[in-house]
Amino acid sequence: MTIPHDSSIRDVVILGSGPAGLTAAIYTARASLSPVVVEGEPSSTSDQPGGQLMLTTEVENYPGFVDGVMGPDLMAAFRAQSERFGAQFVPGKARRVDMSASPFSIWVDDDPEGAPTLRSRALIVSTGARSLMLGLESESRLLGHGVSTCATCDGFFFRGKEIAVVGGGDSAVEEALFLTKFATKVNLIHRRDQLRASKIMQQRAFANDRIVFRWNSVVEDIVGNGSVSGIILRDTLDGSRTTVDLDGVFVAIGHVPNTALFEGLLDMDANGYILTRDGTRTSVDGVFAAGDVQDHRYRQAVTSAGSGCMAAIDAERWLAAREGAEPGNTDTLATAGEPAQRR
Amino acid sequence: MAEDVVTLSDGSFDEELMGSAKPILVDFWAEWCGPCKKIAPIVEEIAVEETDRLRIGKLNVDDNPDVARRFEVMSIPTLILFKDGQVLARIVGAKSKRQLLDDLQPHL
Repeated sequence: MTIPHDSSIRDVVILGSGPAGLTAAIYTARASLSPVVVEGEPSSTSDQPGGQLMLTTEVENYPGFVDGVMGPDLMAAFRAQSERFGAQFVPGKARRVDMSASPFSIWVDDDPEGAPTLRSRALIVSTGARSLMLGLESESRLLGHGVSTCATCDGFFFRGKEIAVVGGGDSAVEEALFLTKFATKVNLIHRRDQLRASKIMQQRAFANDRIVFRWNSVVEDIVGNGSVSGIILRDTLDGSRTTVDLDGVFVAIGHVPNTALFEGLLDMDANGYILTRDGTRTSVDGVFAAGDVQDHRYRQAVTSAGSGCMAAIDAERWLAAREGAEPGNTDTLATAGEPAQRR
Repeated sequence: MAEDVVTLSDGSFDEELMGSAKPILVDFWAEWCGPCKKIAPIVEEIAVEETDRLRIGKLNVDDNPDVARRFEVMSIPTLILFKDGQVLARIVGAKSKRQLLDDLQPHL
């Protein structure tokens, strides 16, 4: 994809278009900062424009929607709202970022050695997190042949069949409940003896007689030639192995932040989440982080949106404080090493 | 643009495929599939740009389960490239336009 280069220096570029990025876009657009959002590229994982909510169905806990709202509809509304105030969108992913000094340079999709696609005084990083996979050879071989990254896309193909959902958090339980509309039996496979999911989701799962819980179990392998025919489970307590015959596997074992691009550039914790302090400031002056890319604890659409708003306000104030300053003047804040603001 | 994209069904599938001089790229999709909607405009762009080398067929798996089952489609979006009724390539999952073209190029 060829994206026209923008030779001007923008005030704000936002990387990522989930709830955090789009809320930052709404706020910075309303502050007349003409934000540009690098929105990502299509995929069948949560690493796509709109983020993780693009793969969910009913969102019941986003305030303001009495009867719930569909995840993709909510993100379409976020985007339309930001466009109404003049936010611009660049399709594609940032491949390289130069953060050595403001203005920062961003290369989107094409030649990372050529001229940068965008340059910006302030940068908001909201690239989110993507679902973890099991990492088995059989998993990638059988992807699209019984192994799925998208329950809303593929549940339909498992009508009348037996399947497995791997994981014990809200995402796993929500997927399991959704999939009971199609599958006759859903094995919920969890490595512990209790769920991490919220109480209301747990109650719904326990009340659903199509869901069978397989506690203290990990998936050792997925079996099948051409398509999934079963899974091999290992009991975490006694090490015994069980084979379960089934037709589909959905994985929801957690998330990993999309921060590979910023390694060596921004301070991160041991798991790759960007460290923030004083609101949404990162270890680089003028770079702010919002949403799941810096939050492994709450990971809600509403908290992401909230931190996107914070990043927008932080960036706006930072830009205002710099106005009139010498170009290239880097009024460095306290450097890394102080305890980062982790909750 | 409309001429480049043909709507396929369980009933018309074989006839359209066998009657096509050019390879035909079939987009297996459904209304409830978000990633399918994301790649639909990309597939239409490819239809226009590659009109000399390629035709595009759209197959709604909800309305046409037989063809989807026959080609063992268990995840959508799936794109399958056919020539003379034979499968040349199969692309599972939504991807960027560049990735889709990279995947198709060796078969065109």
